[in-house]
Amino acid sequence: MASILKVQDLTKTYKSGSKNLTVLKNVNFEIEKGTSFSIVGPSGSGKTTLLGLCAGLDRASSGTVVLNGHALETLNEDQRAAVRNQNVGFVFQNFQLLPTLTALENVMVPMELRKEKNIRARSLELLDRVGLADRHDHYPTQLSGGEQQRISIARAFSNQPEILFADEPTGNLDEETSEKVEELLFSLNREAGTTLILVTHDLELANKTNRIIRIKGGQVIYDSELTPVETEI
Amino acid sequence: MKMDQDNFGSNSSTKWLFLMAWRDARKSKSRLFLFISSIILGIAALVAINSFSENLKDDINGQAKELLGADLELSANKDDFNYSFLDTLDYEVSSENSFASMVFFPKNQGSRLVDVRALEGAFPFYGVIESNPTSSAQSFRDGQAKALVDQSVLVQYDIQVGDSVRIGKVTFLIEGALISSPSQSMAATLVAPAVYIPMKYVEATGLIQKGSRVEYRKFYKLNDLDPEFDLDEQLRADREFLRTEGIRADTVEERKDDTGRTFENLSSFLNLVAFVALLLGCVGVASAVHIYIKEKIRTVAILRCLGAKGRDTFLIYLIQIGIIGLIGATIGAFSGTLLQTILPKVFADFLPVEVNFSISWPSILAGIATGFVVSILFALTPLLAIRKASPLLTLRNTPDGESGARDPLRWLVFSGIFIFIFGFAYLQIGDLSNSFVFTLSVLMAFGFLVLIARLAMWAVKKFFPTGWSYLWRQSLANLYRPNNQTTILIASIGLGTALITTLYFIQGLLISQVEITTDAGRPNMMLFDIQSYQKDEIAAFTKEQGLPVLQQVPVVTMRLSKINGNTLSEVMADSTLNYRSGAFNREWRITYRDSLIESEVLVEGEFRTMEANTDSVFVTIEKGFAQSNRIKLGDELIWNVQGVPVTTYVGGFREIDWERVQTNFLVLFPEGVLEKAPQFHVLITRVKSTEEGALYQRDIVKKYPNVSVIDIGLILTTVDEILGKISFVIRFMALFSIVTGLLVLIGSVILSKFQRIRESILLRTLGGSKRQILTINSLEYFVLGSLASLSGIALALLGSWALAYFTFETSFVPNVLPVLLVYVSITSLTVLIGLLNSRGILSKSPLEVLRSEIQ
Repeated sequence: MASILKVQDLTKTYKSGSKNLTVLKNVNFEIEKGTSFSIVGPSGSGKTTLLGLCAGLDRASSGTVVLNGHALETLNEDQRAAVRNQNVGFVFQNFQLLPTLTALENVMVPMELRKEKNIRARSLELLDRVGLADRHDHYPTQLSGGEQQRISIARAFSNQPEILFADEPTGNLDEETSEKVEELLFSLNREAGTTLILVTHDLELANKTNRIIRIKGGQVIYDSELTPVETEI
Repeated sequence: MKMDQDNFGSNSSTKWLFLMAWRDARKSKSRLFLFISSIILGIAALVAINSFSENLKDDINGQAKELLGADLELSANKDDFNYSFLDTLDYEVSSENSFASMVFFPKNQGSRLVDVRALEGAFPFYGVIESNPTSSAQSFRDGQAKALVDQSVLVQYDIQVGDSVRIGKVTFLIEGALISSPSQSMAATLVAPAVYIPMKYVEATGLIQKGSRVEYRKFYKLNDLDPEFDLDEQLRADREFLRTEGIRADTVEERKDDTGRTFENLSSFLNLVAFVALLLGCVGVASAVHIYIKEKIRTVAILRCLGAKGRDTFLIYLIQIGIIGLIGATIGAFSGTLLQTILPKVFADFLPVEVNFSISWPSILAGIATGFVVSILFALTPLLAIRKASPLLTLRNTPDGESGARDPLRWLVFSGIFIFIFGFAYLQIGDLSNSFVFTLSVLMAFGFLVLIARLAMWAVKKFFPTGWSYLWRQSLANLYRPNNQTTILIASIGLGTALITTLYFIQGLLISQVEITTDAGRPNMMLFDIQSYQKDEIAAFTKEQGLPVLQQVPVVTMRLSKINGNTLSEVMADSTLNYRSGAFNREWRITYRDSLIESEVLVEGEFRTMEANTDSVFVTIEKGFAQSNRIKLGDELIWNVQGVPVTTYVGGFREIDWERVQTNFLVLFPEGVLEKAPQFHVLITRVKSTEEGALYQRDIVKKYPNVSVIDIGLILTTVDEILGKISFVIRFMALFSIVTGLLVLIGSVILSKFQRIRESILLRTLGGSKRQILTINSLEYFVLGSLASLSGIALALLGSWALAYFTFETSFVPNVLPVLLVYVSITSLTVLIGLLNSRGILSKSPLEVLRSEIQ
């Protein structure tokens, strides 16, 4: 199967006062199209940094990220934005809906950015798919956390992304809502054939993906593809 | 792969950008309105002043002939002047002899110096002499001894129409009160209000004697003029002849230009005051947009994450600000047009013509354009941060990497702001260096406030009082923590305070300039036109009345004919000769004595009397005047002393303290030269009370009708009244700055609520009481308000001192009480608005507030 994301010798260093802080060090992996993949690790292990780099939200200090054929380190910020718009969907822990836009408008934005036509009907369809068609004219503040995350999932799938990045998608939700959101996320992912990359603390959720990598201290210490049985928890 | 590299360059459609701008703005309308409100008043003031000036200019043009009352006015100091060119034209002429004289009111024994205008003929040919009753402007000329007396004099002396006034030896019936007449200036009215009498009674008054200072005017109405004929051109061609003959000419065009220029200066000044209000509003815009964008940066990050380009997100907010700015400017422009209707009332005492109301579309359009441009320009600095907003903000709270602070485009925006302020100032002032000084002052004031804010933050952090109570520590820490509002609030509130306080100080400075002359012990009554034979008699009479003769000086009138052998014509023809023509054109009033008086000091050269050097006459000249006329020590000056040439040399320069009420002279002759020349004398004394002054004046007028008395106390009262009127106009214009300053203050504090809301809610959630949170907020606003108002006051003190020292050339001693009042009011207002603002947060549940406020 073809690779959709290829990470090679990825290193990210931040300047902290006069010292350099290496958050990620020589990370390597490759993900095939249509699979699901989770990055797990303790807080501060560098998993969100890794997600940001893979999605082109940040620049690596060294190494390469090739996302659906685009070498991200060769692109400027606007070009990376275009890559995201054409290829990537996001689901965030804090939902990150645009607060001044209604649920429907939030779902429409990625398609509007792609200058697509007849987006209203498609957006309503997506809202219906996440069970919130009747709340399409509500603003995010008028919705519960679970509802906001469902809108966020509808938005993430609105541009029919090749790859979906989800950062702790259930981190801010209660158990019952989390289950519903997980189910929605995986079923939509299956239907659309999207590659899913998940960052999570939740091992149960991670176990639902095809592949898991564990990060600690900025380095990959476990990859389920290489070592099917995890030895270090 | 669903896209190729070519797609990287495509931008979102304009329609979508406008749509997003609308979507984003619809829930922030009230906040956006806050930011436009601060420019509305500035634009309103600008448009009002500009529209008013436009209308005034039109009305001056339309009523130009009424300003002069004739097509041509010729005047000279001799009766028999003749401009032969006029013989080729068909004209009507009216004559007026005017001279200063005392008048006496038998009804209550009052007397007053006035400008007697003896009139013959049908003047004014255009416009009217405004009087009450209206018919009196004509009926006082019916051949009887009737007079038209300035209404301010009638009011001052409680005289009514129908009473009588004695001028010299003739008693006139007061036919009416003079309200205004063409060619009457406010300054002249101040010292000597006008009294019109028929020409045929002049001789009978016995007031015109040899050496009397009489101005002879002739007003011409030119009939059947060739439309091609240019009177001003003709006068320019005959300039040399007119100068030699000592004839001054004034035409409708000149009068129009002079009047227009005077009011252009006034409107330029008021425009600058309005502009300062607008600049203050601009600071409000910048501060509001800065806070607004800070809140929007997360939205921007989400949009960037979803694939929006930096340019597009920037344009969304630029469109938003532009539209809101346009709406604000339009509201301001139309409010200004309405406001214009009350300006004629504000300026009523200064207007030379009747001003009609009409909508000035150029002013409205200029106002809208200015408002639009300033909104964009001042919003651009904070807006630039959007271009660099990192999408990583969606994952983390603090952005990494690029920051707006390093954006090189900021310098372009700063340059734009500088060019805009400079350009606007130049349009108003028309002088490069003054415009530069104005721009630099504004920018330095702003820089000073930013510096104070930074210093305050640094100092609080460096010397943090760790031992103080939690509430104090929390509120002080708020000054430098992330999301602090220290710089913005100190800059906006400080600039407003500085402006308002400076206006107050300057007004006080102007008034104190007047008051200084009314101090006890200073001379307050001046007698002039004393003939040589009356000199000793009047001095003796003055002493008999128990009044001191503080100064008694002879005055000789003369003209300057040559400087170092060069006549005016030679000076005009030779560009290498830098002497000013004004030195030749003026009539000099010069005294002679062999010593210096206490108001002057010799700063260069020597003071030489005739005893020391019998061959040459050495005069001393006031230094500043000599410098401005490029006259040097040793220069030869030849004077025409009423027909007799007198050669003199510049022996020394004097510095004169002009603030003293006494006679001071630009040129001083030594004794032994001018004694035989026709001259009059001036005597200065001091009366202790108004009553004593009135009695003394009355007796002088009775005994010596040719002598004029200037009651300085009376003039000062009138000056005070006029200053009151001027300060009313300045206060009226300052009102825009004050209200704008308040709006900026309210806007800044309200917007800052969104900065503090999370902290306040967190504190409440952690169990902080309402009182504790209010105390933290009020302490923070108290420190901010204090710092801002004190910095503003410091700026005002500095600015006022500079104005006092460099412009008014006086010392500046600020009054402590108003300074305290400004400090207390601004600080209290900041705390009050801040607290009112926090109340909304504290009266609701934390969750409710978060849901409704944080967007």
